[in-house]
Amino acid sequence: MTSLLETRGLTMRFGGLTAVDDCNLGIREGELFGLIGPNGAGKTTVFNMLTGVYTPSQGSVSFAGRDLRGLGPVRVARLGVSRTFQNIRLFDELSVLENAMTGAHQHAHCRLFDSLLRTGRHHREEARQREIAYRLLAFLGLEDRAGLPARSLPYGHRRKLEIARALATQPRLLCLDEPAAGMNSGEKAELAGLIRRIRDELKVTVLLIEHDMRLVLGICERIQVLDYGKTIALGTPREVQQDRKVIEAYLGAEA
Amino acid sequence: MLPLLETSDLATRLLQQCANGVAKGSVYALVAVGYTRVYGVLQLINFAHSDVYMLGAYFSYYPAKWLGYMPEGAEKPKVPFYVLGLAFLFAVSACAATGMLIERLAYRPLRNASRLSALITAIGVSILLQNVGQMVFGADPKSFPRYMDQESVALGPIAVADTSLVIIVVAAAMVGALHLFVQRTRTGAAMRACSHDMRTAGLMGVNVNATVSLTFALGSAMAAVGGMLIAMDQPRLTPTMGLLAGLKAFVAAVLGGIGSIPGAALGGLLLGVAESMVGAWNTTYADAVAFVVLVVVLLVKPSGILGKSGREKV
Amino acid sequence: MLRALGILCLGLAGAFGLHLVVSNAVPPYPALIVNMCGISIILAISLNVINGLTGQFSLGHAGFMAIGAYVSAYFTTTLRYFDPDAARYISEAPLFDGLWGFPPALLAGGIAAALAGLIVGIPTLRLKGDYLAIATLGFGEIVSILLSNFRAVGGTKGLTSIPGYADTFWIYGSAATCLILTGFLQRSTFGRALIAVRENELAAEVMGINAARMKITAFVYGAFFAGVAGGLFGHLMLTISPANFGYMKSVEVVVMLVLGGLGSSTGAVVGALILTVLPEALRDVERQVELSGFRMALYALLLVVMMLFRPQGIFGQRELSLKLLRRLLPSRDKPGRQP
Repeated sequence: MTSLLETRGLTMRFGGLTAVDDCNLGIREGELFGLIGPNGAGKTTVFNMLTGVYTPSQGSVSFAGRDLRGLGPVRVARLGVSRTFQNIRLFDELSVLENAMTGAHQHAHCRLFDSLLRTGRHHREEARQREIAYRLLAFLGLEDRAGLPARSLPYGHRRKLEIARALATQPRLLCLDEPAAGMNSGEKAELAGLIRRIRDELKVTVLLIEHDMRLVLGICERIQVLDYGKTIALGTPREVQQDRKVIEAYLGAEA
Repeated sequence: MLPLLETSDLATRLLQQCANGVAKGSVYALVAVGYTRVYGVLQLINFAHSDVYMLGAYFSYYPAKWLGYMPEGAEKPKVPFYVLGLAFLFAVSACAATGMLIERLAYRPLRNASRLSALITAIGVSILLQNVGQMVFGADPKSFPRYMDQESVALGPIAVADTSLVIIVVAAAMVGALHLFVQRTRTGAAMRACSHDMRTAGLMGVNVNATVSLTFALGSAMAAVGGMLIAMDQPRLTPTMGLLAGLKAFVAAVLGGIGSIPGAALGGLLLGVAESMVGAWNTTYADAVAFVVLVVVLLVKPSGILGKSGREKV
Repeated sequence: MLRALGILCLGLAGAFGLHLVVSNAVPPYPALIVNMCGISIILAISLNVINGLTGQFSLGHAGFMAIGAYVSAYFTTTLRYFDPDAARYISEAPLFDGLWGFPPALLAGGIAAALAGLIVGIPTLRLKGDYLAIATLGFGEIVSILLSNFRAVGGTKGLTSIPGYADTFWIYGSAATCLILTGFLQRSTFGRALIAVRENELAAEVMGINAARMKITAFVYGAFFAGVAGGLFGHLMLTISPANFGYMKSVEVVVMLVLGGLGSSTGAVVGALILTVLPEALRDVERQVELSGFRMALYALLLVVMMLFRPQGIFGQRELSLKLLRRLLPSRDKPGRQP
């Protein structure tokens, strides 16, 4: 079975430190894939390499048959990979609606000239972006906050808005970087449902990095476990749960 | 265009320009260490630093003027060496105090504000000092009284003005002393800790406010020395004299690698020499050299020659 | 689009009305100040696109202004019709004169400045904050050094006897155009992209917004209008020299923005008005206290006090919504920056 996203020997070194070592990922279209590991295991670094933020020191990343290495975040985003951030990065001074609209900017069918003279194309583009943004805000239950500045949102909603913005880029693969961080168990349960709906209703493949084992084990179909930059296990939640190396990594060597 | 010269003449000329450039660059280096230390600690381009340099020139000019005497039969007043010493002490201490005051009043309240706010404030302080300087000292250029016979000293094939030698020696001594201070003393270690991570340094028991104050005091003292040296060498003092010199010194700091004292010294010397070379061809274009250097450095190696590069955590 | 053109025409009509009032009922000195205000407004709004919306920090606006001023003045003072029969330029027949010659000359100035914006924008892309400030400052200084060395435009003496084409209509017509177009820009997908780059560059890039391209766009757009402002300035003052476009001029425009509130076009307008009228009022005070430098010192003090006590400026990032303005451009209510 061919993968939507595939990495071969992905390695990232910062000076003498190897943050990610020979990471091989294969994510299938339509899958809900979890990438887990203890703190400092190199998960976010993998994300940064997948989304073009970092250029890998070694190895290849291919997405839908295209090589992503060295393309940079903008072109990777245009090819259909979107992401959220562990430390939320919203555009605080824009409204909730406008934040979601910026996601749709990359597919804009209008040029600066159109916007300066307000041609028909400008108005159609605004309508298109607004439609996409409202639809996603409604999907995430944020539509009644559309006019508020993003800065004023409470924490849980900020997470959701970031997901809405990422979805507005109309990605084929959505990478979520610890979306449940700082949430209580009720919020986590809601988030789990939401992630499932993203995959089922919007038909977006999801790659999830998460600390919370319960969340990942609960919703992901396949899980890969990283420790100190190396892959130590790959399989279904049940297989991973019973893997001796995983237990050691999480509980320490004495277990 | 350079006139066609025989090879040995050309070499001599280049060497001569080099020597002039080293003298010029020594002053840049003195000013650059102040920029580099402050930037290292606060990540702020202290625009007002160039005006502290200007103040240094004036603060040394007035004692020299008032305490100098008119030798019999001479046309110009002469300044004995002890007066120079007094002028030096006055300029250095007054500028150090000014630097600390600026930090206390204008920058400290903004330490946790956005960097843009701090930058705009720094520009404001700089313009304020320039114009207060104009109000107090007057806009007309002042000239520093002579203190030496201004003879040339022959060094092999080239001749170096004695004032240039003074600049080079004093600057080297001051920058060297500062470097040793920062590297070898406890207080210096505190300064380095602050530029590494101010918050953590504070948690480790470093008195951050005092250290930042000291950074400003030392940087300003260095700028004062630079101002005095330049006043003695090229006696044309104006309230806006700091602007261009300050920018060039900042470029020197970037060239050498921001945060590093040896880097600032190296950057200053390189820039001074480059300017002298271009200046031999066209004096006005010499002023543009610094900016070209800046753009090139920032494009090729933004961390400078001796600097460390940082990376944003994602 | 028709509506947009209608709004632009309305702006021009307003400028024409102001022109009639100023040329008939206002004595020359206040009229000059009114005209200077218009030029400052263009400078402030255009710099706001770079420094306010996109979050860059340019200290080289006077450089763009200088380029526009010199190019357009060169067009109106030096370029002549070429007589192919006599194989010489006819000195009595300027190529760009009067009502039809001035707008192309202004545009040429704007385009030249925009090109300079492109040239400055590309190498400075990697720079942020203070470094960018220094680099653009350096650009401004290089422009003035080059102009001082360029004999064809008068060296340090500059260009003289520029025809006085810039009247209130042209100045305020340009200012209105600049304000309206910038308003349109702000309320479009490009405006949001610019702000996104300002708010969080990495997140913007991950959303597929080409931050580099947006920054260059902002530079080119801002430089174009700075060039137009320069052209107007030259044809208002009748002489220009490199000294008109020094570092202090750039700082002045930055102060206008900071005073009005970085990020707000209407704030920029108010800042421009205050900082153009106030120094003129202070000029008399300065003469009375007989201290040169007093005016600029007060300016600087104002800037520092502003940063210490109200860093968001008068308006923050909010737009001032006059009733008329609100009806024409449905304005988004944006609360100020967090302290």
